[in-house]
Amino acid sequence: MTQKNPRLSLNGIWKRYPGCIANQDIDLNVFPNEIHALLGENGAGKSTLMKIIYGVVKPDEGDFLWENQPLTVSGPAHARQLGIGMVFQHFSLFETLTVAENIALSLPTDQSKDLEALSKRIQTVSAKYGMDLDPQRFVHTLSVGEQQRVEIVRCLLQDIKLLILDEPTSVLTPQEVKGLFNTLNQLAREGCSILFISHKLDEVTEICTAATILRNGQVTGSCNPQDVSSEDLARMMVGNDTPLNQDYKKAEGKETVLSISSLTFKSDDPFASPINNLNLEAKAGEIIGIAGVAGNGQDELMSLLSGEETSSGNTVTLLGYDISQLNPAKRRELGFAFVPEERLGRGAVPDMSLLENGLLSASHCDLTQNGWINFEKVKAFGQNIIDKYNVKCSGLDAQAKSLSGGNLQKFILGREIEQNPKLLVCSHPTWGVDIGAAILIRHALINLRDQGAAIIVVSEDIDELYQISDRICAICQGDLSPIKNTQDVSIETLGQWMAGQFDTHTSSSDQDIAGVAHV
Amino acid sequence: MFNIQLEKRPSDSRAMAYLSPLIAIALTLIAGGILFYTLGEDPLTALYTFFIAPLSDVYGWTELGIKVAPLLLCAMGLTLCFKAKIWNIGAEGQFIMGALGGGYVSLQFLDAESSFVLIPILLAGTASGLLWAAIAAYLKTQFKANEILTTIMLNYIALNALLYGVHGPLKDPDGFNFPQSALFSDAALLPVFSDDYRLNISILFGLFALVAIWTLMSRTWIGYQIQVLGEDPAAARYAGFKQNKLTWFALLVCGALAGLAGVSEVSGPIGQLIPHVSPGYGYAAIIVVFLGRMQPIGILLASMLLGLTYMGGEMVQIEMSLPKSLTGLFQGMLLFFLLATDLLISYRIIRVKKHTDKASTTNAVSQGV
Repeated sequence: MTQKNPRLSLNGIWKRYPGCIANQDIDLNVFPNEIHALLGENGAGKSTLMKIIYGVVKPDEGDFLWENQPLTVSGPAHARQLGIGMVFQHFSLFETLTVAENIALSLPTDQSKDLEALSKRIQTVSAKYGMDLDPQRFVHTLSVGEQQRVEIVRCLLQDIKLLILDEPTSVLTPQEVKGLFNTLNQLAREGCSILFISHKLDEVTEICTAATILRNGQVTGSCNPQDVSSEDLARMMVGNDTPLNQDYKKAEGKETVLSISSLTFKSDDPFASPINNLNLEAKAGEIIGIAGVAGNGQDELMSLLSGEETSSGNTVTLLGYDISQLNPAKRRELGFAFVPEERLGRGAVPDMSLLENGLLSASHCDLTQNGWINFEKVKAFGQNIIDKYNVKCSGLDAQAKSLSGGNLQKFILGREIEQNPKLLVCSHPTWGVDIGAAILIRHALINLRDQGAAIIVVSEDIDELYQISDRICAICQGDLSPIKNTQDVSIETLGQWMAGQFDTHTSSSDQDIAGVAHV
Repeated sequence: MFNIQLEKRPSDSRAMAYLSPLIAIALTLIAGGILFYTLGEDPLTALYTFFIAPLSDVYGWTELGIKVAPLLLCAMGLTLCFKAKIWNIGAEGQFIMGALGGGYVSLQFLDAESSFVLIPILLAGTASGLLWAAIAAYLKTQFKANEILTTIMLNYIALNALLYGVHGPLKDPDGFNFPQSALFSDAALLPVFSDDYRLNISILFGLFALVAIWTLMSRTWIGYQIQVLGEDPAAARYAGFKQNKLTWFALLVCGALAGLAGVSEVSGPIGQLIPHVSPGYGYAAIIVVFLGRMQPIGILLASMLLGLTYMGGEMVQIEMSLPKSLTGLFQGMLLFFLLATDLLISYRIIRVKKHTDKASTTNAVSQGV
């Protein structure tokens, strides 16, 4: 393979932004038939490099060789002409249009005029690559996985030579991931080059035949993932000697801390998922992992637990108190703590300092007296979090928005844990967080568990759930699957649960109330 | 060849946040100078008459204090609301209701000889302003009615209530049918510092409000909650702050302070109820808050500048026979230029070559697809 000429060759690419260097002297070679992984922690410069290749951003310096021809990509349209396609992490589809109409929008007029012919082409291409797609369906009726197929097919309709995928598996179920990998392998066999950006190392080792690793905007290594282990890859990304993957001992819960019984909720928001007759018990000293594809009721469940939404009486009890109708502050006084998915704009106030953000949810921890803020204690509280959780920042005066995602998450998690909660609820604790921070966060969760707190973790990262959860379950369209000891649940089973293939009866403690079976 | 474009700054410019009011003031002076020139006056003389002549003696400074007091009271209440992103435009109405309520009580004590009557008078004025704000708070918390609309409408209702009072039941029976009340008792007027000047203790109310609200914002738990509510409602919800309670609190405090300003005005320099108890203090205070960057020293300086525009308007009328409405014009220009220059806090002006400009537009368009 290496004796061939590279399809894309970048030499000495530099890109500077005010205050930071995003790309520093980057070399990258992508060959035909190759699935090339681009690995790096958050902020390593992957996205900038992608955007340079796709013509969205112009490099300050460096050579861009496309099939041995030096050139400047003037924009995404130019890139598409060259045969470069990109699937962004966040799709750019119009929900009120059909699949065919959406695809027509990105094609030159001579191809998009005849919608019927286009529909046929879509069907042919999608069938060829094993991605079932009905061109007549409206995008809002498609699952996230199907929407991704639309994006990919859109790229395949052109004469594609290089397909760029930005964290394509983050929104997919394990089964959908398998399907996607089959498609990618088929494309690669036909000669297409694929640039694959992912956080998930096992996926990279599974399908990629080359990898370039970035750290702090520089290339720190390249290898063939087939020859090295996930650990080696991670080591190159993190670049220090933190223990990467610890096997945490599973624990058995003790007395019940949180009890949810027959929790049913329907929001006024038409886009929100309902919660259907949900039952769950969380015990002291255990971590319950809830898997699920985004938008299946996780957010609603979290809000009902945190008190941002309330439910009818006696549906949520904490240590014997009925908290169903209490507001978040009252729940915190009883020992509740919550790490929300949105760090900026919910977990922390972007424009406020870390000092002030420390106070946000912790006022009941003796930080205020008779309505006056005790700044001495607030300072000590904040500084303790920064030290203990290794939050990298310019100090307590740093604005929350100036921190990287991982450091802010460490701060928020620290703030919640330092309140000594009896129950901690975490939504996507390590989403978009670099490996170093993720390890620290998981470690902190295990520590808290061992101190006797009950913990509920909602995450889309299945590996993480397997790693830290003592019991595991999945949520799909507001129904909760059975909850079983993690060792007893295979990844296939969990995948089925995530897709809703379980009998709702089994998750219900009072079977006589449960209505019609879900499936 | 070159095009001028706005580019978003990576982070807000702190320097610009403080420079912007100064630039706005400079632009206002320039535009004002041009205006005077087109009116056929010498710009420098006119600007001197407007901005400097009023403060050429001690009397001028005490008169400025009379204007600053109500502006400060209203501005501090508004700061509290605006920090919570409650856009209370109703300080004017709350001011008028304070004047009306306090004035009504004052009219019941026309024969009073003890200054203790000031206590019920001031309390009545404060309570009237507070109740007027309570209407807006009720409509906002109960029906989610937009406070900008309700408070503006309440301003007009307050004004008409005052007009009804001075044309009707509160009219001075011995006043030759002029639409004004009887003169208040001397005992019902706020004490002055010196008999030579009109400046009374209302300036102390204003300064006290400045310190008190600032302490509230920077030291207390409720002040913190109000700021979080304004900065990030989702975080306030997450932390379990009671949004409705905070809304009530901010609006009631603002109403009370504006009401106190109103009653102080009629119990001070005016001394009776008249149709025009306010020259727009409640509106000018909005400009004060933004010009002063919601900071205590800034608000103090801004209230002095806005107070000066009232005196300058009177001065050019007396000295140069120009219309007094120049006051409103200068206040308007100030706000206009401030809003314009505030854009530069988050954006900067860059010059780009024309052809690259085109290319980047096509980029933006094609990215969207």
